[in-house]
Amino acid sequence: MDAGPRISRAPDGVRLDLPEDERALLSQVARELRALIDEAPDDPSLRRLFPRAHEDEALEEQYRGLTRDQLTTARDRALETIEEAASNTLLSPEEADAWLRGLNDARLVLGTRLEITEDFDWDAVDLSHPQAQELALYAYLSWLQEQLVEALA
Amino acid sequence: MSTLAPAEADLEVEELADDPDYDRPWVVIVWNDPVNLMSYVTLVFQKLFGYTLAHATRLMLQVHNEGKSVVSTGTREKAELDVARLHSYGLWATMQRD
Repeated sequence: MDAGPRISRAPDGVRLDLPEDERALLSQVARELRALIDEAPDDPSLRRLFPRAHEDEALEEQYRGLTRDQLTTARDRALETIEEAASNTLLSPEEADAWLRGLNDARLVLGTRLEITEDFDWDAVDLSHPQAQELALYAYLSWLQEQLVEALA
Repeated sequence: MSTLAPAEADLEVEELADDPDYDRPWVVIVWNDPVNLMSYVTLVFQKLFGYTLAHATRLMLQVHNEGKSVVSTGTREKAELDVARLHSYGLWATMQRD
């Protein structure tokens, strides 16, 4: 597999060099996560997307009332931008920001499902691992995210 | 009305003065988590708060090494806005009285 960089800085945004199968994969990941947020907003794997702001129950309820809809809409739009722009060769600064948030959301949800910890032993993972596919996806998204951050920093 | 209005105003002032937390600002705390990349957290601090790379890196390292860091302070309204912006970028942020 070609392991060259997929995302790099461009004069007017961010350049994408994604092979066709990876574009399809990113679209699918974004579509599935949008559907999950829309259809099962209380799914435990989404818990890191909507953390508490307050310890106090009454204050937390007010915070959620003020922000939950906006946060959900922003996440939905960011994932939609990944889906729509996956076949582009250039992302505008606004699209790149949406990718940054959307890729991170996908990593947070996968990381929650996979119970990723700071000292997770990647060397112990091989194809026989029961979650090998999701772990590979998580590692791939992290690799892309690192490149995107570098292109925007 | 002219006699009632000042009385009401006085009552409000008294209530505020009775609240021991009245003038304590809120702090916004970002907690360490195993998913967010160090480079990403630094970039988000720069983007949202306009911090220099050096300051944003220092805060990120404090989150990473000590488990948490205070990244902004202010009124409850400002702190809630900052927390919501951090939540929109997937950072684990909470707020409390200083």
